[in-house]
Amino acid sequence: MIEVRNLVKRFGSRDALKGINLHIEKGMIFALVGADGAGKTTLLRTLAGILTPDDGEISILGRDIIKDPECAKEHIGYLSQRFSLNPSLTVAENIDFFGALFQVPYGEREKRTKRLMEFSRLGPFRDRQAGKLSGGMKQKLALCCALIHTPDILLLDEPTTGVDPISRRELWEILYDLLGEGVTIVVSTPYMDEAERAGEIMLIHNGRAVISGTLDQLKASYRYFLFEAVCDQNRQALRLVSDHLGKNRVMFFGDRLHIALNDGSESAGIKSLLENSGIQILSLLKIDPGLEDIFIQETSGDN
Amino acid sequence: MTINDGNDKPAVWVKNLTRKFGDFTAVDNISFNVGKGEIFGFLGPNGAGKSTTIRMLCGIIEQTSGDGYVGGYSIRGENDRIKKITGYMSQKFSLYNDLTPAENLEFYSGVYGMPAAKRRERMEWALEMSGLESRRHDLTGDLPQGFKQRLALGAAILHQPSILFLDEPTAGVDPLSRRDFWELIYSLSASGVTVFVTTHYMDEAEHCDRIAFIDKGILIKLDTPRALKNLQLSGRIFEIIAAEWLKAFNLLRNERRGFGEVSLFGTKIHLNFIGDDFSAVESLLREKNIPVESARHIPPSLEDVFVALLRPAQISDYEG
Repeated sequence: MIEVRNLVKRFGSRDALKGINLHIEKGMIFALVGADGAGKTTLLRTLAGILTPDDGEISILGRDIIKDPECAKEHIGYLSQRFSLNPSLTVAENIDFFGALFQVPYGEREKRTKRLMEFSRLGPFRDRQAGKLSGGMKQKLALCCALIHTPDILLLDEPTTGVDPISRRELWEILYDLLGEGVTIVVSTPYMDEAERAGEIMLIHNGRAVISGTLDQLKASYRYFLFEAVCDQNRQALRLVSDHLGKNRVMFFGDRLHIALNDGSESAGIKSLLENSGIQILSLLKIDPGLEDIFIQETSGDN
Repeated sequence: MTINDGNDKPAVWVKNLTRKFGDFTAVDNISFNVGKGEIFGFLGPNGAGKSTTIRMLCGIIEQTSGDGYVGGYSIRGENDRIKKITGYMSQKFSLYNDLTPAENLEFYSGVYGMPAAKRRERMEWALEMSGLESRRHDLTGDLPQGFKQRLALGAAILHQPSILFLDEPTAGVDPLSRRDFWELIYSLSASGVTVFVTTHYMDEAEHCDRIAFIDKGILIKLDTPRALKNLQLSGRIFEIIAAEWLKAFNLLRNERRGFGEVSLFGTKIHLNFIGDDFSAVESLLREKNIPVESARHIPPSLEDVFVALLRPAQISDYEG
């Protein structure tokens, strides 16, 4: 569905994308995860045909969109981070405006608007001005506007950044609905836990894809034995383990510590290190790594 | 860390604090205390009243009614004193991109009215803390996010405030920089600085000593992360693993009136099961020929608690 080879994009002397490869199958949610400035937005914009890359190939639905940026546009819905809703138009009027813009026939437009309202639970607010919606609702409305021409591919640039967990879940429910209808979704996010919900994930850092695949594939690439420790004095424990193993081998996760060990026997050393300092270990378990553990493994070399 | 122990007055003391904008009540009669050196998390949906509360406590806007003391000074009339002992950092970092890190710090030291001798010493400290000693003459706008964030923190604590307000300080920052940032927060807390923080990262919220959930201006719950996760929720969370996860997921979603909310984590299904007998779920999947590899009861995450506490109020109305 989407095939990208060796994509390079420079802005002046800065390399925003340093040779990205991508293969996205039809009907899946693909997450691009990384920090601000990693290259997520640039990548999505080149896929949307808005930015021309300096090198590489992009084929979408078998068409070369670098040569002909217009050819795939009718199949692509793109939601940018700063999507402009008209704040003085109502919810319904905004959707209608984008319907007209994408030349959706009038009768069809009405039918789809009705469905999108149900979808997004924006129905009760159809006559409210967009400027008077909460942050999460604005995002949902923006998503509806991008969906009015029922695209095959949906490119979403950080739809949940700065949005609270409830609105985030509601947006994901909409994505699952779309997935059920066979829409291919590429979504970028800075939230690791959120990216774990996607079928395939690409971790992007400083313009490079550091690793990509299904969550299980990414987990299989994890080199350490990961242990989760709960101690009575977590902050002191963090400092001790960090001094002992190096700071990229131990992290806080909520009220637990994640400790990356080279082998199981190293755990005995950690145990005595903590206990000799009067720290009580409430539990110490081997666990599966999460995306954040994997991200740290893959990026700790260059920090 | 000391929370309200004997001699220590709370660092922040709030009683029946209310702020209205016209006929909209942004903060509705909230009361709480924050102990000296405590890391206090303030969580809630966008527009819940978090920033309005912080602004009242920093003395930036006035309350409509109620009372508050910050570091022993009243928010009614002692705002100038409060400004001297508080630091504030927002997600937008409030740095000038076209100034160097050193110039940004110089600017803030002027804002705080710091004496010249002190100024040098603290600026050097802040540059070292943010790892920018060798880049002090670069433009701030060219720095990676993680460095900007630490510089913004340095600027916010240049005048050594005893109470620090952080409004989504880590939005959009990579995990390693976030980790380094939190280590700084812990050491500030250990040295007695009170930290008041808002965030949308739930795992980050768990680093706090206590968390206040706020929605529509009302304080809904205030407790330690551990106690919050032990709250009795309306459902039990089950993690279901099946090879045909999408089929299973869609099936369970369509049954939601009976079973509860379903979400996907990668290919794992999380069901917040509100019924009594989970075998009903398993037999439905068996009926539809979807083999289940495993299904187990898992403890709720803080996000599960957040959603459970706030969702009922969230569904009907969204003013403001």
